[in-house]
Amino acid sequence: MPWTPDQPLVRLADVHKTFGGGVEVLKGITMDVMKGEVICIIGPSGSGKSTLLRCVNALVPIDRGSILVEGQEVNDPKLDKLALRRKVGMVFQQYNLFPHKTALENVMMAPVHVLKRDKKEVERQALALIAKVRLTGKEESYPGELSGGQQQRIAIARSLAMNPDVMLFDEVTAALDPETVKGVLVTIRELAEDGMTCMIVTHEMGFAREVANRVYFTDGGVLVEHGPPKEFFASPRDPRTRQFLDQIL
Amino acid sequence: MIANRSDMAVIKPFRIAAAEPWRFTVWHGLVLVAALLVALGIGEAQAAAAEKPGIIATILKWTPLLAQGFALNIAMSFLAMAIGTVIGVPLGLAQISLLPPVRAGSWFVTQFFRNSPWLVLLFYCMLLLPFEVNIGGTIIPLPGWLKSTIGLSLPVMANVSELVRGAVRSIPFAQWESAESLAMSRGQTLRMVILPQCIKRMTPPWMNLYAILTVATPLTSVVGVSEAMTLTGDILSSEARTELLVPMYLYLLLWFFLYCYPIARATLALEKRFQVR
Ligand SMILES: Nc1ncnc2c1ncn2[C@@H]1O[C@H](COP(=O)(O)OP(=O)(O)O)[C@@H](O)[C@H]1O
Ligand SMILES: [Mg+2]
Repeated sequence: MPWTPDQPLVRLADVHKTFGGGVEVLKGITMDVMKGEVICIIGPSGSGKSTLLRCVNALVPIDRGSILVEGQEVNDPKLDKLALRRKVGMVFQQYNLFPHKTALENVMMAPVHVLKRDKKEVERQALALIAKVRLTGKEESYPGELSGGQQQRIAIARSLAMNPDVMLFDEVTAALDPETVKGVLVTIRELAEDGMTCMIVTHEMGFAREVANRVYFTDGGVLVEHGPPKEFFASPRDPRTRQFLDQIL
Repeated sequence: MIANRSDMAVIKPFRIAAAEPWRFTVWHGLVLVAALLVALGIGEAQAAAAEKPGIIATILKWTPLLAQGFALNIAMSFLAMAIGTVIGVPLGLAQISLLPPVRAGSWFVTQFFRNSPWLVLLFYCMLLLPFEVNIGGTIIPLPGWLKSTIGLSLPVMANVSELVRGAVRSIPFAQWESAESLAMSRGQTLRMVILPQCIKRMTPPWMNLYAILTVATPLTSVVGVSEAMTLTGDILSSEARTELLVPMYLYLLLWFFLYCYPIARATLALEKRFQVR
């Protein structure tokens, strides 16, 4: 049955993951993300948020359960990982950019070498994306010459250059100086407003409240509760959620 | 593994990973020059007392021959470095292969040659390699110096292999993940993202390895190669003068210092520059 846009773009069903050490990091995660939806995942560190995102683009293989991205099963030994990853963009906490390449080269590398697209055309798109993240003029800068926030924005532009259908953000502002956080959050918010499907792991509660269609709280490898941000933050039901929010707010 | 460390860096296996690699410093040079001056002074006095030709004059007389020998040391160091690098890089890449047997095999080869004393490898090559090889009807002679060079290239190969592995491992894992999540294949990731960054990290220790190798080339005198050390011995026995012994060897050492010290400086400068970024 082919996937149609009215079905969840990302669908996790009872996802289990145990790392070599024997600790079960994901204990049956189930969630649906619709096209154009923005979800934020919050939770204490070590609760499996990063692992969850990494499972979606097959950086981490899962043990049990199912992950469908546009109807394609990720938990399948015959999966074409590279094809999956063309549809799923991901930005990490840090060390995203390739330090030996300029900002423009970073953005252009994958479309040119992976998608084999025309270089001139890719360059045009890359310049537009760099403008979109408000870094026009920094095309020839090396990552080392950019602030952490600027690096993250270039990293976002680089992922977008692959024209993904869903973007994963793993605490992309957690390693930044406070004054550069805002620019990155603005970029993500604009992306969300443009209708990009986003799965965002974040510690920025104000941002989550503002941008998310739905907020998920994870603790110890399980999804404790989720809901629209207003309800979620105003009246969390589970005591663990309440305790976490009390600590962080 | 500290127990394995020794100031005889050349003969004992050495570890690049150790905090400070062994290298020539300006102090080595000062001590060497001072010792040479003292030895020359004493030698000249002894020569004058025995009414023999001056030490300095004798040393200068033999310098062209010594230079010939030294040229062979340099040639062997170039060739051994080239062979060691050309084989060591793929060996290092094999150490990070996704195939467990390839990984295990290359790890074993690397460890074996890295931990064998250089002198033992030299003797093995001298004794086990034939004096000529027959490749498709063409007979290629393998003179002693070439066999020794191959012997020296083995530890170089193992150390380069380890350098490659170490450099790859020193790249933050997020670089791999970033490349992978851009749908780059493993080969593309290595070629375009990981290895270009490794080259920068590997260059200073690689240069240091070269300096160590150069200082190790006189080991080949033990197996009879006519390099500078062997020639110094020959010169001394033909002159048969005890007062010449110490100045002559110090003079030879000075040659190695003058060749290796600039390399050590350049290595340090590169390390500093790479640290800044
Ligand atoms: N590659 C890995 N190998 C082994 N354990 C891992 C690995 N990645 C994560 N873990 C463990 O899984 C748990 C959850 O990690 P993570 O998903 O990074 O949590 P979070 O992002 O919520 O902080 C942690 O205890 C972590 O140590
Ligand atoms: Mg995390």
